[in-house]
This record gives sequence, C-alpha cells and structure tokens, in this order.
Amino acid sequence: MIQQVQNPILEIHDLSVSYDRKPVLWGVDLSIPKGALVGIIGPNGAGKSTLIKSIMGLIPLNGGYVKLFDKDLDDVREKVSYVPQRESVDWDFPASVMDVVLMGRYNKLGLFSRPRKADRDAARFALEQVGMQEFAKRQISQLSGGQQQRVFLARALAQQADIYFMDEPFAGVDAATEKAIIKILKDMSEAGKTVIVVHHDLQSVAKYFDWLIMLNLRLVASGPTDKVFNEKLLEEAYGGKLTLLTEVGQLIKQEKFPGIEK
Amino acid sequence: MDTFIEFFTFQYPNIKYVLFGSILLAVSSAIVGCFTFLKKKALVGDVVAHAVLPGICLSFLLTGNKNPLYLIIGAFITGWISIVVIDGIVRKTKLKEDTATGLSLSVFFGIGILLLTFIQKSGNAAQSGLESFLFGKAAALVGADMWLFASVSVALLIAVFLLFKEFTLISFDQNFGAAIGFPVKGLNLILTTLTVLAVVIGIQAVGVVLMAAMLITPAAAARFWTDDLKTMIILAAIFGAVSGTAGAYISFVAPSMPTGPWIVMVISIIALTSFFFAPKKGILYKALKRRRIKNLILQENILKMFFQLGEEAGDFNTGRSVLELQDKRPFRTKELDSGLKRLQLQGYLTNQNDKWQITSEGQNKGRRIVKLHRLWELYLTTYLRIAPDHVHEDAEKIEHIITPELEARLEKLLDYPELDPHQSKIPYQ
Ligand SMILES: Nc1ncnc2c1ncn2[C@@H]1O[C@H](COP(=O)(O)OP(=O)(O)OP(=O)(O)O)[C@@H](O)[C@H]1O
Ligand SMILES: [Mg+2]
Repeated sequence: MIQQVQNPILEIHDLSVSYDRKPVLWGVDLSIPKGALVGIIGPNGAGKSTLIKSIMGLIPLNGGYVKLFDKDLDDVREKVSYVPQRESVDWDFPASVMDVVLMGRYNKLGLFSRPRKADRDAARFALEQVGMQEFAKRQISQLSGGQQQRVFLARALAQQADIYFMDEPFAGVDAATEKAIIKILKDMSEAGKTVIVVHHDLQSVAKYFDWLIMLNLRLVASGPTDKVFNEKLLEEAYGGKLTLLTEVGQLIKQEKFPGIEK
Repeated sequence: MDTFIEFFTFQYPNIKYVLFGSILLAVSSAIVGCFTFLKKKALVGDVVAHAVLPGICLSFLLTGNKNPLYLIIGAFITGWISIVVIDGIVRKTKLKEDTATGLSLSVFFGIGILLLTFIQKSGNAAQSGLESFLFGKAAALVGADMWLFASVSVALLIAVFLLFKEFTLISFDQNFGAAIGFPVKGLNLILTTLTVLAVVIGIQAVGVVLMAAMLITPAAAARFWTDDLKTMIILAAIFGAVSGTAGAYISFVAPSMPTGPWIVMVISIIALTSFFFAPKKGILYKALKRRRIKNLILQENILKMFFQLGEEAGDFNTGRSVLELQDKRPFRTKELDSGLKRLQLQGYLTNQNDKWQITSEGQNKGRRIVKLHRLWELYLTTYLRIAPDHVHEDAEKIEHIITPELEARLEKLLDYPELDPHQSKIPYQ
C-alpha cells in the first residue's frame, strides 16, 4: 500500500540504487507530507540507510530522482539536515561537544569563515534542547552512547533545517533518553518540521510515528501508520522471519493499536 | 658551549640553511600530518615518499640537471598520482585499501629504482647525489633549497589556516560534510596535495624511508597531550621544530652524524616520552593512578576491618597483632604491612609493641566504609531485588567509589535505615 500525497515535501520517483552492481533498492516511489513524523522500518540490510544516503546525495543513483520542496537537493541544502548513524564516526577525535555541534552551523557559514558568536549561541541553544548544555566543553570520547546520540541531534538542531533525516537515533540509548529524543522529534513535527527516522523497535512504531515507510529492498508500504502498520504488510516487509513476526503479531494484538486489521 | 654559540649565531652561512631548512620541513609535515593521522591514513605518507622516486628520476632524465625545482615538480607529480591510483583501485575493484596501498607503493618504488639504476649505469656525471633522495641530505641544503622550502611551507600553512574548519570536518565526519554541501571531494584533493607537498620537500632532509615518520610521529605524540585539535596541531608543529633544530645541531657538533635521521630520532624520542609520561593518557600516569587506587582500596579495607573488629568486641581501643588481623581477613602480609605503615603515617592507626590500634579519625573513616557497604547492600536488595546473599561482592567494590553526594542521596533515598539485609546495624555516628 503506497499512499501518495499532494504537494509533498519529499518526493522520491522510481529510485534505484546499487553497490558494485548489486541492486539494493528497486524502484522506490513515494511521497511524504509536510510536518510528518515518519518512521522507516525494515529488516537488517533492507536498504534503510541506503535510502537516506541516496536522498542526501551521498551515493550515486542508478535511476530515478529525489525532490525536496519540489526542488533538487543542491538548491535547498540549508533546509535539509542529516544525522548519520552514530558508529559512522570515530568518537576518539580530538574535539569537544561544542566543536561538533558547531559543525551544524558550517553550511550557514560557508567555506573559509570561522564560527561567530551567533553560531555559538545557536549551538548552545541546541545543546539545551537536548539537555546537554553542561557537557559543552566535554571531550567527545568521554560521552556515553546516548550522549553521543544527543550531540548528533544537537548538531542537526543547530542547522535549523526544515526536514531532518536521522539514521537510527535510538540505537543504543536508554529508555529515558529515547523518551527525551522522541519528545523533541514530536515537538519539531508539531512546529511544522518534517522528521524522517530509521527505526528498529516495532513495539514503539505506532506510538512514535504518524507515517511509515516499510522497506525490504523494495518499497513495501508508505502511508499513515494506522493504515499500513498491519500484520500483512509487516509479513511482507520482514518476510521469512516468521518467528519474529508472530511475536510482533502477538504484541500488536495485546497493545490493540487502533486501525489494525486482522 | 662554544659549539652551541657557534651554531646559533650562524657563524657559517651553511648552518643557517640547514637549520631553517630542517625546521621548515619538520614543521610543515607535522602540521599536515595531524590530518593524515586523524583520517587514519598513516600509510599515505609512506606511499608518497616512495612514489616520488620515479618522478625525480624522470625529471632528471628529461631536463638533464639537478635543479631542485624541477626535481620537486617531478616528485610532486608521481607522488600525487600514487594517491589517486589507490583511490581508483579501491573504487573500481574489490581490493581493500591496505592492498591497494601496498600495491601502489611497490609499483611506484620499483619503477623508481629501475630508473635510478638506469641513470647510474648510463654514467651521467651529474647523477651522483640523485640517490641522496633515498636517504636524505639535509646537511647539504643550500640557500636556493631553503627559499623553495620556505615558500612551500608558507603556502602549506596558509592553506591549513584558511581551511582548518573544512579539514576538521572531513577528518571527523565526511558524510555530514557532503550532506551540508561542502565540496568534500575537492577538499580531500587539496589535503592530499598538501600531504604530497610536505612529503616531497621533507624527503630531501630525511629520505624516502624515514619520511612517513616525519608525517605521523609528531601528530601521534601531540595527541597524547591534548584533546583539542588546535592545540594538537600547534604542539605537533613545536615538536617538529624542536626535532628539526636538534637534528641540525647534532650533525653540526658531530659532523659524521646525518641530520635527517637525527631529526627522526629526536621526534621518536619525543613520541616515546609522550607515550610514557603525558598526563592522563601516558602509560606512567595511568599506572600511577591504578596504583593509587589500589592503595586507597587497601587502606580503606584495613580501616573497615578495624572497625568491624571493634564492633564485634564492643571496644575500639584494643591493640591487635598482624596475625590477629590476618585471621579476620586474609590480606597478603606484604600488602598489609605497607598499608598499616601508610595508615600510621596518615594518623589513622597507631602502633605500640607491634600491636596496631585505630585512632578516632581512623574509626570515622572505617565507619563510613562499613556504612556505605551496608547501605549499598540494602539498596541492591530493595531497589534492584537482588537476593541478600548476592549483594556482598558488589558492595565490596562500590563502597570505595561512592562520593559524598551519592552517599547523601543514598541515605535519603533509603531514609536512614537501621539494619542492612543481613540484620547488621548500619553505623551512622
Ligand atoms: N558500502 C557498501 N558497499 C557494498 N554494499 C553495501 C554497502 N553498504 C551497504 N551495502 C549493502 O546494501 C544492503 C543495504 O544496506 P543498508 O545499510 O542500507 O541496510 P539497512 O536497512 O540500513 O540495515 P541495518 O538495519 O542493518 O542498518 C545490504 O545488503 C548491505 O550489505
Ligand atoms: Mg542502517
């Protein structure tokens, strides 16, 4: 089930991606409405990270195109923010929390110029939002996994973008941090920002997201959570892994999510 | 002393060239090397150093003389191509980066040796000295070399200064840089170019084999002292300058000593020293800290034992022999001895006729540890629902870690309980 929308903030048309000629995404066609809080779900290796990276122009496309705000990425970069997977960088780098958050201001600064006072203010404000203001001077290798995740989130917030792509912001964070982060994401979405999040925990999907993208090398579903989060589509996305699926089915039944057909 | 003054007052013009040449080389490669180091491309220096040889030989064959400018241009071109080749191999084939690196290094160096042998065999009179590129020839630097080095170094410094923010970003998080639209490819290209430049001019002082050390060692040494990138770069540059100066000076004092290898020797000594003695990250600091903690725990355990013995006897003033103490808790004799003596020095214990007795300060300290131990056991059983017979081990460790703030919070949370899970009284005053 793939629901297209009018005036989408993100439009992906017939997108195909491959690594070394091995196709990883096949003909993905979807559109996302403004202000949605979107979850991308699918099994390991489904191409979730790949989808985000190809939207951000980090890997070449085999075919198709991506439009943001009805424009090409290059024309709207300052409105787009990307939070990579936490493990994608070396946290032993000689930098403080403030240094990393300031990187969120670099696109506003452009080449050659140094961060100004206003950029530091913005960075500090972003740190406050994620509850990390006391850690500004802390060396980044001395952070816990959850704190690293918050730093990445703060860096994204400092960008003051309109659409955010986040790769597994909840990976390895404790329940309290997860709650804090989802609160921030919900606030952002209420403020009209679009937030697109790769997510792994099927239990919380219905609680967190109002729109879902289900992937498994191809697009299985894209639509409002209450319309697509059902056993049939989950089975299609996670196909084969029946044991897991029955467990999930069990969970869904117990939690009695609204709008799930049996 | 005389030689020292002679050296630093530049009584021979040649000294000036050797000294400044060495410093410029060492500083430039140290600064660029910081980024190479952080990008985990330590081997790049090695590849470029070896790959410049065919360039040097080719430009000599083409121009027929040893003008350093021509040689440097030739060196720069093949050095640069060797890096591009690595990237190309990684992107176009299934080979991993380490294989591609090795491949590029050996092919370029092989061609270089081939050409060098050819030049030597052809008996060209001007060729003598070309092989000095293999081992460096810092002591033979002349004025023209220095001006060339100086201009390259200055260009390098300006580039790093202007692009500091950009280089930091691509060293830390390349994908993010690309996502915000920075020209990551171009920046990488510039950084590669600077690295090749640093290597090409550095090689004239220290030679092919040692050049990689000039690039990476100052950065590695500096990293031990700081967690701030700017400080790290400045430190690396200072280390480079110091080793450049030392190398030049040593070879001046003892003319049979080669400058380049001594530069590398000194920077290696600096790195080793940092490795052992740097605060926080140095091995010695870490070992000392571990020992301090071990001693602290030992002493706290001894005081705790005295307190428990006093509790049992209902009297804290009895003197006890070492054997009696070991009966209560099987400390190793040597450790117990040193712990007792240190506690005596600190005024927590006294010793009369080989009988040890606890002072009232010692009692307070011992009581606190016992209290923390029992509070923590209670915390584990009530809040984490761990069985009472499983909490002792954990409390043995935690009792030494808890800070006064945590202590206060723990007391408040448990509401100043009287008994621990094993019905022992929790001592407050
Ligand atoms: N750089 C790469 N080179 C070659 N193949 C890759 C590369 N990155 C990913 N792949 C392959 O592409 C497929 C999709 O990977 P991707 O990382 O997008 O999955 P994912 O859905 O994010 O998985 P996960 O849940 O494990 O993060 C996988 O089969 C993976 O092996
Ligand atoms: Mg992924």
